[in-house]
Amino acid sequence: MGLTLTKAADWLDNSKLDFSPSNQIILTDILKAVDGYSKNNPIGGKMKFSEPLVWDSTLKFEDFKKTERFPETSQEVAHVECHSFDMLQLVLDACRSKKTAEVRACLEGNSDPVSKILGNRYACNTEDDVEFYKQAEEDLQGEDITYEEFETKKVVLKMAMEFHNLDVRMLRSVQGLMSKDSRLSPRLVEAEFDCLKELSGSEDEQPLRDIEPVPCYVHVFSNGYRAPNFRQLQGDIAYFLVYLKDTDVICVTAGTKGWFVNKGYSKDTNDVDFERRSDLYGSLFALLRERSRHFRERTSRKSGDGETAADEAADGAEKPDQEGDADQQAAREEAEERKKDPTLRWVSLGTSEQQSQERRSARQPQSAAAAAQQSDESDSESGTDEEEDAVERRHESNADLPSEYWQIGKFVRYLKGGNQTSTIISLCALRDFQLNTEVCQLAIRDVGGLEVLLNLLETEENRCKIGSLKILKEISQNPQIRRAIADLGGLQTLVNILKEPSKDLKCLAAETIANVAKFRRARRIVRQHGGIRKLVSLLDCPALNGPTSPEIERDIEVARCGALALWSLSNSTKNKRAMKRAGVIPLLGKLLKSRHEDMLIPVVGTLQECASEPDYRVAIRTEGMVEDLVKNLKSDNAELQMHCASTIFKCAEEEETRDLVRSYDGLEPMVGLLNKTDNKELLSAATGAIWKCSMSSKNIRKFQELNVIEKLVRLLSDQPEEVLVNVVGALGEMAAEKENRHAIRKAGGIGPLVQLLTGTNQALLVNTTRAVGRCAQEKENMAIIDRMDGVRLLWSLLKNPNPEVQASAAYAICPCIDNVNDAGEMVRSYVGGLELIVHLLRSDNIKVLAAICAAVASIAKDEENLAVLTDHGVIPLLAGLTRTQDEELKRHLSEAIACCCAWGNNRIVFGKEGAVAPLVSYLRVKDPKVHRSTARALHELSRHPDNCITMHECGVVRHLLGLVGSDDEALQLAASGCIANIRRLAMANEKSRQSSKARGGGNGGANGKAVAAK
Amino acid sequence: MEASAKANISKIAEALHSQTNFTKKECEHLLNMYKDITGGADDAKLDRNKFKDILHNSFGMTDDLMMDQVFRAFDTDSDSNISQEEWLKGISTFLRGTLEEKTSFAFRAYDLNSDGVISRDEMFQLLKSTLIRGSLDYQPVEEDPDEGVRDLVEIVFKKFDTQKKGTIDYAQFKSSVVDEPLLLQALGACLPDEKSADAFLCTFEEVHVPTTISYIRTGGGRQ
Repeated sequence: MGLTLTKAADWLDNSKLDFSPSNQIILTDILKAVDGYSKNNPIGGKMKFSEPLVWDSTLKFEDFKKTERFPETSQEVAHVECHSFDMLQLVLDACRSKKTAEVRACLEGNSDPVSKILGNRYACNTEDDVEFYKQAEEDLQGEDITYEEFETKKVVLKMAMEFHNLDVRMLRSVQGLMSKDSRLSPRLVEAEFDCLKELSGSEDEQPLRDIEPVPCYVHVFSNGYRAPNFRQLQGDIAYFLVYLKDTDVICVTAGTKGWFVNKGYSKDTNDVDFERRSDLYGSLFALLRERSRHFRERTSRKSGDGETAADEAADGAEKPDQEGDADQQAAREEAEERKKDPTLRWVSLGTSEQQSQERRSARQPQSAAAAAQQSDESDSESGTDEEEDAVERRHESNADLPSEYWQIGKFVRYLKGGNQTSTIISLCALRDFQLNTEVCQLAIRDVGGLEVLLNLLETEENRCKIGSLKILKEISQNPQIRRAIADLGGLQTLVNILKEPSKDLKCLAAETIANVAKFRRARRIVRQHGGIRKLVSLLDCPALNGPTSPEIERDIEVARCGALALWSLSNSTKNKRAMKRAGVIPLLGKLLKSRHEDMLIPVVGTLQECASEPDYRVAIRTEGMVEDLVKNLKSDNAELQMHCASTIFKCAEEEETRDLVRSYDGLEPMVGLLNKTDNKELLSAATGAIWKCSMSSKNIRKFQELNVIEKLVRLLSDQPEEVLVNVVGALGEMAAEKENRHAIRKAGGIGPLVQLLTGTNQALLVNTTRAVGRCAQEKENMAIIDRMDGVRLLWSLLKNPNPEVQASAAYAICPCIDNVNDAGEMVRSYVGGLELIVHLLRSDNIKVLAAICAAVASIAKDEENLAVLTDHGVIPLLAGLTRTQDEELKRHLSEAIACCCAWGNNRIVFGKEGAVAPLVSYLRVKDPKVHRSTARALHELSRHPDNCITMHECGVVRHLLGLVGSDDEALQLAASGCIANIRRLAMANEKSRQSSKARGGGNGGANGKAVAAK
Repeated sequence: MEASAKANISKIAEALHSQTNFTKKECEHLLNMYKDITGGADDAKLDRNKFKDILHNSFGMTDDLMMDQVFRAFDTDSDSNISQEEWLKGISTFLRGTLEEKTSFAFRAYDLNSDGVISRDEMFQLLKSTLIRGSLDYQPVEEDPDEGVRDLVEIVFKKFDTQKKGTIDYAQFKSSVVDEPLLLQALGACLPDEKSADAFLCTFEEVHVPTTISYIRTGGGRQ
C-alpha cells in the first residue's frame, strides 16, 4: 500500500489527503483490508507494531465509552496511539459510521504506515518488487534464529505480502478510475464520429438520421482538430451537426473536457455560436442518449450499455462502506448520478425480463455502439453467415495452458524486442507451429501476437510483412482470429498492402483477406476501404495461357489470390455491385479461359456467387462465359465441376442461356455428373442445372435422348433434400411432355414422388406438387396416384402455411380431379375439403387465389360438389375477385365462374354481385387463354337475360365478334354462343314488343329496345 | 576520360558481362562507377572503407559487422580489395541475383572464418546485436544477458541443421532456404532491401529485370 499512497494518492500541500475520487477508492480499499483484519488473523492481530501509529483522531472521548476496552489514548482523545491491529480494530469499532474519516486521519498522520507496522525494512520501496522477494528469502534463511523468531518473521512476511497485494489491488482500481477520466483527443472524437456516421440512416432501425461536421469547420488541421485556432485554445476539437429522428438538429461541440451542445450553427452567418448550453458528457453517445428518446431506444434495445451497468455493479459493491459518512457524500452523489441513467432507462422499458436480459448482455465486453452497428449491417446485406456467432472459448486459468502458449509467447517477445533479423527468425519459428490447430491460433491471439503481426504489416520491411502475412494467412482460418483481426483494424492494413509493388505481398494480403472476409462486417469493411477495386485490379493478368516464366507464374498467382478474395467478398449483395462497377466481369471472363484448376475454382466460385444478380447472369451470357463453364464441366476436378454446375443452375433461369448450354453440348456432361452419387454437393449442383435447363423444350428432347428420366428417378430415394428439390424440379419440368410423363411412370417414379408429398421442406413440396400435378395428366399415372391416396396428400398441403405450397398443391389437384374415375365421390370423401377450398378464396396471395380458382373450376364439374361449394358461399367470393388485375387470376377465375354457373340460380347471383361487367373487360387483355375462359364464362352467364343486358351495355358484342374469327374452336364456339344468346334475347324482345304493339298497349323494356337496336 | 581507358573498360565489360546478370552497357556503367570511386587510376582497387561507404550510402546498411561480412563476400580472393571483376559479380548478385546466387552470397557472408561451415559460435556473433537490450519487451535477466540470443541461435540452428551435424554446411543452408526463402537473411541483412536496390539500379539499368526473389511458392507448389 506504500506505493499507492506515495504515487497514486493525491496529497495536498499540507500533507492532507485531497477529497478526490481516487483517494476515496484508496481509503475504502484500505478500510476494507484493515477492518476485520484481526478477526480473520488472530496471530497477526496480536502482533506488536514495530512503531505505534500515532494520529490526531476525529473521535470524541464519549465514543470510546461504549466500547469495553480503551486503547492507550491521552485524555482529550484527540491523540490516538495504536500498537496492534487489535487496537486499530477497537478504534474503528468506536468510529462506527465515521470509519473512513478516521482512516483518512490515520494516513495523514502516518504517511508510510507499512514501515511503522512492520519495521523500516519494509519501508515504502518504489523499486521493483524483486527486492521484496529477495528480502523475504534472506529473512527466512538467517542462520541463528530460534523457532519463535522464525515464526514471528513468518507472520511479518505474511503481513508484508498482504500489504503488497493490497497495494497492487489499489493501484489497479485507481488506474481504472483514471482511465475513465481521460480527456478527449481528436482521435477519439473522430472515432466516435465515424462510428455514429455508420449508425445513421433513414431507416427506422437506425438511431439517428445523420451526423456531419459543421459546414464551416470541415477542414481537419494537421493536429487532427477541426476547430479554428482561436477556439482550439479554449479546448474545442470539432463541431458536428447531429440530425436526430425525434427532435431537431443539434449542434454539438467536442472539447478536450467532453461533449456538449452549443448555441447552434447559423446558416446565414455560416458560423457557430460556441457558448455551451448543456452539461458535459464523456461521449457523444451519452449526450445523444440523454437528448433523444429514439436514439436511446434504438441503442439500448440491442444490448445494454456495458459501461453504465458495470459501473452500477461496482457502486453496489462499494455501498456497505459508505454508510452515512460525511466524507463520502460527494462520492456517493457522483455514484447516484451515474446510476441515474440505467435506472431511468429500465423504468421506461418496463418488464423485468428485459432488465435481466440487459444485465446479461452487459456482461459481454461489447459496447452498445458496436452491437448497434452489427444489427445495422444485417439490414444492409443479404449474405448468409453461419459464423456470425462464433463461440468464444478462453482458457480460464494459466494452470492448464498448453505448452505452446509459453513458447509462442516467447517468440512473440523476440518479435517485438529485436531488429528485423530477430523478427524474421521469430516469424520463421512461429511458422513451425501447427498453425492450423486451434490451440496455436488462439495462443497467438492470447499472447498479443496478432497486434504485433498486424503492426509489422505497417513497417517498411517487405520480408517482415511477408513473414507476418504468411502466419496471418494460416491462422485466419479460425473464425475467432478473423474477428480479432477485423477488430484490430487489420483489414484496413491488408487493403493498403494490395497497393504495394511486391507481388508476394499482394498475393498474401489477398489470400488473408479471402480468409478474413468470411463474415459480414469484414466484407463491409473491405468494401468501405476501397478493397474491392484493388482486388479486381489484381485479376488483370496479361499472359494467361502462354509460355510460362517465373514472372508470369507470379502474375497468375496474384490473379488467383485476387479471385480467392473476391470469392469471399462476393457473398454480400453490395459487394457484388461494387465488383461490377470495378469492372470485374470482363476480367473474370478472361481468367475463365485459364487452364489452371486452382485458378478456375475461385473464378467460377465468384461467378457462382454473383450469378444470383440478374446483371451478372446477362453478363455471363453475353461475355461468352457459358462456353467456358460448359468446358469446365468436363474437367476432372469435382469442386470445379460443382461450381460450374451451380453457376449454370443460377444462370439458366434465362432462356438464352439454356439454349447456349445446349449449343455448346453442355447437357451431356451434366447428365454424366448424375453418376457421382457420393458427392452430394456436386450432385445437387448438377441436378439443379438439369432442372433449370429442362425449362426449354429443346433441352427436354436432348435429355430424353440421354435417358435422363430414368437416372433422375433413381435419385429419388436416399438423397439429401437439396438434391431432391432439384431432381423433383427437373422431373416436374420434363413432365410437361406426354412421353416423359409415361417415362416417369415406367421408371417407377410416381410412387416416390407421391411419398415426397409427406415431407416438410417447402421448396421440395412446391416442386413435388408440381411434378405430381403434371404426371396426373395421364390416366395411368393418375391410377397410381389415386391408389397411394396422393390426392388426399395434396389436399392436406392446402393447409400448409407457405402460400407457394398452397398454390402449387391447388394446381396439382386440378388434373387429378379431371383424370380420376369418380372424382366427385373422391372429393366429397375429404371431410371439410370443400370448405377449405372456399376458405382459401379469402387468401390475400394472388397466386393462391388463381390456383384455388382453377381447383374450383375442376371441382365444380361435379354437380353435387358444386352444390356444396355454392352452399359454402363460393359465388359471392368469386364475384368479389373479378376486379383483379392479374391475368393468371383472371383466366382461372373466369374458368371457375363458367363452371359454377351450372347450378341453381348461380348465374343470377353472379349478375347481382356485379361479376359480369369486369368479365367483359377481360376481353381487352392480350392473352388468348384469358379470352377463351372469359368467353366460356360469358357464354354461360348469357343464358340469363339480365346478364345479357349488362354485357351488351358493356359493349361485349364488338369484342365477341372479333373472337368469333379466332382459330381456337372452343373460343369460337363460346363467343358465338354468347352472341347467339344476346341476339335471341333481342329477338324475343322485339317479338314481344310487336305483339304488345298489336295489343295496342304496353311497351317493351327500354333495355330490350337497346339490344334490338343493335 | 581518355580513349584507352574507355577501350579498356569496354574490353572488360565485353569479357565479363556474360558471367553477370547485366548487359554489356550496364557493365560499362558499373565499371565507370568503379573508376570514379577508386579515383581513376588504372590499378586502383576498391578498398574496405570505400566499399563500406557505398554500402552505407547507396544500400542503406548500417551494421558495421554486417558490412565487413558483405565486403568479405564480395572479396572472393580474400586480398582485402575488390577488383573490377569482383565488383561486377558482387553487384550482379546483389541486385539481380537468383535465389541460388543470393544463397551462396549469404552463406559466404555468414561464414565468418571462411571454413565452409557456420558454427554455433559464428551464429552467436551474428545474432548478438539483434535483440535490443532494455527494450520494453525484452529484458535480459541479470545472470544471463545473452539468454535471448542463445535462444535465437538455437532456433536458427534447428531450422538449418536438418541433418544434426552440429554445424551448417552450404548444402544444408541451401536446402533450408529453398524450403523457406525468408531464411535467406536469417542471420542478418546481408543483401540490400528492395527499395534501395531498385533505386541503385535505376541509375544505370538498360533492361528492366525484376530484382526480387519470390518468397512464396507459385506454380508447382500450389495447394
